[in-house]
Amino acid sequence: MAPLTIPLGHFLSVAAILFTLGVLGIFLNRKNVIVILMSVELMLLAVNLNLVAFSAHLGDMVGQVFAMFVLTVAAAEAAIGLAILVVYFRNRGTVAVEDISLMKG
Amino acid sequence: MIEFPDISPAITELWLAIAAMALLLIGVVRGDRATRMVVWLSVGVLAVAIWLVWSDADTSVVTFSGLFVADRFAAFAKVLVLLGSALALVLSLEFLERERLERPEFPVLVVLATLGMMIMIAANDLLSLYVGLELQSLSLYVLAAFNRDSEKSTESGLKYFVLGALASGILLYGATLVYGFTGSTSFTGIAGALAAQEERSIGVLFGLAFVTAGLAFKVAAVPFHMWTPDVYEGAPTPVTAFFSLAPKVAALALFMRVMLGPFGGIADDWVGIIGLLAATSMVLGAFAAIGQTNIKRLMAYSSIGHVGYALMGLAAHSPGGVRGTLVYLTIYLAMNLGAWGVILSMRRTDGKLVENVEDLAGMARTRPFLAAAMAIFMFSLAGVPPLAGFFGKFYVFFAAVDAGLYLLAVIGVLATVVGSYYYLRIVKVMYFDEPAPAFLQPAGATIAVIAVTAIFTLLFFLFPAPFVAEAHLASLALFP
Repeated sequence: MAPLTIPLGHFLSVAAILFTLGVLGIFLNRKNVIVILMSVELMLLAVNLNLVAFSAHLGDMVGQVFAMFVLTVAAAEAAIGLAILVVYFRNRGTVAVEDISLMKG
Repeated sequence: MIEFPDISPAITELWLAIAAMALLLIGVVRGDRATRMVVWLSVGVLAVAIWLVWSDADTSVVTFSGLFVADRFAAFAKVLVLLGSALALVLSLEFLERERLERPEFPVLVVLATLGMMIMIAANDLLSLYVGLELQSLSLYVLAAFNRDSEKSTESGLKYFVLGALASGILLYGATLVYGFTGSTSFTGIAGALAAQEERSIGVLFGLAFVTAGLAFKVAAVPFHMWTPDVYEGAPTPVTAFFSLAPKVAALALFMRVMLGPFGGIADDWVGIIGLLAATSMVLGAFAAIGQTNIKRLMAYSSIGHVGYALMGLAAHSPGGVRGTLVYLTIYLAMNLGAWGVILSMRRTDGKLVENVEDLAGMARTRPFLAAAMAIFMFSLAGVPPLAGFFGKFYVFFAAVDAGLYLLAVIGVLATVVGSYYYLRIVKVMYFDEPAPAFLQPAGATIAVIAVTAIFTLLFFLFPAPFVAEAHLASLALFP
């Protein structure tokens, strides 16, 4: 019996749903900036899933190398995001999304 | 056994990376009092980098297993970026000292951001594109929030971070789709795979749309511009000046390389999108700036409009269009640098920096030199002949008409007319309104930058040939 394999389309669907959830999390979330940071991570995870699925499907290692790079950069990005958030919290005493409105127009 | 790649084409990037580390060490050892020294050393480092790029400009090599390309197009864009970064640093020194922001991290972050831009410009693969873009963006997020005790600055840093990260995510998602449906991340590989495909796969088109959206975010083209006014207003003024110069040039150069390189063969699929981005950017840039009272916000909308004109050259997808965009960017760099120099000189005698258009009132009587320079920059930004800004617009309009994009060219001309209103309003405020209290005498370095850019803007019409010829050679590198 041939090994049961999950077709590429399933992986792509999961990644697309995760990515959409991440984008929606950024736009619909009205509470907390930390949730936005988590949504950004979710988007990058969807990207990684895509890369690894394509890599396995194409039998090409570049996708997996790319995924390692994305992981590394995501860590740096999270560090910088949290650092900026901490500085912001020190000035304003809040991380609620609706309070980030000093400038508009 | 893997062969060691030829590192000589990447000598500028290596130089910047090593120099940034050395500058950081100096900053750590000597502390905040070393800021002035580190700023001037950084300017020197960038000047050496310009020399390194220019001395080896006439090449066309691909190295690092196809990740990195050095050609005339890259050399031209790199020189612009390095000039923009170096002169923005020169302008920032006075601000840093007066606002008690003397930290040596500032110039180091600028150098690191510039390194990221160099890699973006030289990218020949989706992987190096992403890494360069992130190195640039991460440095810029920190720079926006650099005045960490200011609510506005940290808020602008936070906004920039969230929207920038979203844009990177969108770009990356598109990149994975392009990789999956063409089987390659290299620009040459993608172009080859697309040429071999008989029917355009829907996956590639989705990927192209996502990549375009991500890049449009980075260049701040409408409808992906909403972060620009807030970030420009909130960030410390020299940082805003830097944002509107080097990163714009780098992101537009990357935009052109991605669109004309891997996706050059399917131009029919993206010309409409780029044309739409260009048209909406020009129109919004012209109309939204009219009601602004804060000059930093006004310049933000102005830069959105200018990105629209620059994208018009890309929409023409011809060597003439790329040449037009490159000339446009050169001129934009000069006139914007000067305008920011004047904005950074808007400091009352009590040392307070002001940033409203009304504060410029009657500057012609209190500071005639600054007012005259600002008038030159404003007329040039509006595109009044015979100043440099007119020639920038002339070449892109010419390319657009040549490519048959008549509607786009007409929209561009109309947007220019509307846009002139707010540029000329600044001139009117400076020359005809009752004088406000005088400004402090700006530092010598600032005056020098303003004077040089003003002379360039004023006299460009006498010697456009060398710039246009260089831009022409650079544009041919994208059309093999």
